[in-house]
Parts: sequence; C-alpha cells; structure tokens
Amino acid sequence: MKIAFTSKGNSWSSEMDPRFGRAEYIFVYDEESKKIEVVENEGISQVEHGAGPRTAKLVFDINPDIIITGNGPGGNALRVLEKADIKMFTGASEMSLEEAYKKYQNNELTIFE
Amino acid sequence: MILAIASGKGGTGKTTLSTNLASYISEKQKVTLADLDVEEPNSGLFLDVEKDLEKDMFKKIPEWKESECILCGKCQEWCKFNCIQVLGDEVMIFPEFCHTCHMCVDLCPGSALSFKDVRMGRLSKSHKGNLTFVESRLNIGEEQAVSLISQTIDYTENYADEDELIIVDAPPGAACPVMEVVDKSDFVILVTEPTPFGLNDLKIAVETMRVLNREFAVVINRYGIGNDDVISYCKAENIDILAKINNDRKLAELYSKGNLLYKHSENLREQLDLIIEKLHLLK
Repeated sequence: MKIAFTSKGNSWSSEMDPRFGRAEYIFVYDEESKKIEVVENEGISQVEHGAGPRTAKLVFDINPDIIITGNGPGGNALRVLEKADIKMFTGASEMSLEEAYKKYQNNELTIFE
Repeated sequence: MILAIASGKGGTGKTTLSTNLASYISEKQKVTLADLDVEEPNSGLFLDVEKDLEKDMFKKIPEWKESECILCGKCQEWCKFNCIQVLGDEVMIFPEFCHTCHMCVDLCPGSALSFKDVRMGRLSKSHKGNLTFVESRLNIGEEQAVSLISQTIDYTENYADEDELIIVDAPPGAACPVMEVVDKSDFVILVTEPTPFGLNDLKIAVETMRVLNREFAVVINRYGIGNDDVISYCKAENIDILAKINNDRKLAELYSKGNLLYKHSENLREQLDLIIEKLHLLK
C-alpha cells in the first residue's frame, strides 16, 4: 500500500497537518518498498482560492492507495479524490505521522465516505 | 459622470448618502442611482420607486470539450484561481472559483474550452420622476460579485443619458468588489465616521484610492461623536472634506423605518448642497 499523509514537516516525527487543502507537505510512504517521498505543497499559503482542488490534484498525481489526514477534504477536493479512487482516513490530527500510521494500522481512524 | 459612494468601514452611511443625494438631486434634474452592493443591496428599501423591468444576469464559465483537448495543461498552469485541474486524461472545472478572466478560453491551443452562461443574479430597473434606480442582486451561494458589478455598471451607463449623473452605492471594504466599482468611476466619495474604527478603515480606503489613482474626497457622517482624529488625518493628508453630517438620533430613527432623511433635516440638506456645489453635480 502507498500511503499519503497531510503533514507539517518531512519526517515520521513531524506533526500531522489536519487541513487537507492547505496541508504544507504530502508525506508518502510505500509499505512494500519502505520508501519515503516528501512532496512540498508549494506556494499553498499564497493561494487565495481553490486550495482544495489544487492539493487534490497534487495527491491525484502522486496516486497513493490511501490518504491519512485530519479534518477531511471539502467538496471540491472530494470531486477530485473520487475520480482517483483513493481511500481516505480522517481524525489524525494533533499527533505525529508515526502515531497516525499506528492508529491506521490499529483501525483507529475513521474511513471517509 | 459616475460618482461612487464608498467607505472602508461598513455601516458608515453609504446608503444614507447615496439615496438622499440621488433623491435630492432628482427634484431638480435627471439622475440615476445604482446599488452595486450586490451581495446585500438595500438602497431600494428607501426609495418609493416603480419597477420597469427585471432580468437574469449571467456569468461566463469555461466548459471543456474532450474531443478538442490535447491535454497540454496550459489552462491549469495559467489559471490564477485554481479553477481548472488536469486529472489524467480529464480536465475538471470548478466554476465557483472562476473570475471570468477569459484567459483559458482565449488562449487554449486546442480550442477545447468555450464559455457557457451560468445565472449569477438578477438586475432590476425602476424609476420615480427624474430618478432611475438600478439594482443587482447576487444569487445566494454565488461567490464572485465582481462580474455582476461590472455588468451592472455597463448596463447603467448604456441606459443613462450621456451627460447624466450616475451615483453608485459601492459595497463596503477595500477588496475586489469595491475596486471594480472605483475603477469604473470618475470620482469617489469616502463616507466615514469620526471614530477610531472609522479612521482605521478610512486609511485603508484612502490607500486603495491612491493605488487605483482615483480622485476622491471625504464625507464625515455622524459628526459630533468620537473625536477629531479623522479631521486631523484628512488635513495632514490634504484630503478634502466635502461635508459633515450631524449625528442625530431623530434621523437614525427615521432611517430605521426606511425613510429618506433630507426632507426632515436642514443640516443634511445643507451638507448635500455643499457636496453638489463642490462637485458641480447640477447642470
């Protein structure tokens, strides 16, 4: 499984970014190859309109199987994510990526439907 | 001539000044008032006018034609508002972000984008004697006021006589909707109140006028409350104060019942005369 996290930093100890559209980084972990890729959501703080679709497009191109985030996406981002058939888990805020991953493995996150 | 009545702060008296100035002038000559606060138009509440027409207003948003698309991604790259996203072999459009800037449609190398009309609001025109009143009302849920404001000004200009005075009641603030109004106006009156809050927002409005390089002057409403800081500021910045409308509880009560005020206040008539005289509003 290729898993993406909305993150405030670029390591496992970084804090989760609870926001989807305005997430600072997308941290990607491939469970099979154990490889980590960190994609900066470049310039997102300067974006006034359409942060949701823009970040969703970034995630669409990364093409993970799963995305783990805090609050969940808005309606526009969701339109994109539905196209990509990416499973989303929410409720991972105020914790590190490492903790969020553990919670995911223990089925403690909410699946977004 | 288009005379805009604007302010930084909301609730300083834009509508009071617009409706009273327009009605007062209409006793002597033809004048048009347009309410451009399309998100919350309220000038009409004070005018006993007869409706002549109503019509739907549209904004243009891009529509994607798959067969013509070469998936170059230029539209996504150009769009400042993230309204267009290329997802694999599909182009997805998010209409609520579209500012109708035309860039994607005009420059698409494959002619895959064309405009379609989407209803965004409703314009009405009414009159009473010499006064023509135009109002536009943005649909609930519609985010982009600028296109409706711009079209309403164009409509009003086309309708009015060439030398007719057009007074426009602007939205509050200093963001895009106000800038659209100011940009299309010849002169701007900034209405403020003599309070710290009024002064703070007046400074922002003044900065906006200077960026847009528009001629403007100030009218102080509710004169007598607060302090003299607005007057000192205007003096220091060489800004003309056209009039000072006294704070008057009786007028506030009349306003709250939807009445025009100039017939009830000699002070207001005097101040309106000052504005008319200084800006040469009468032919």
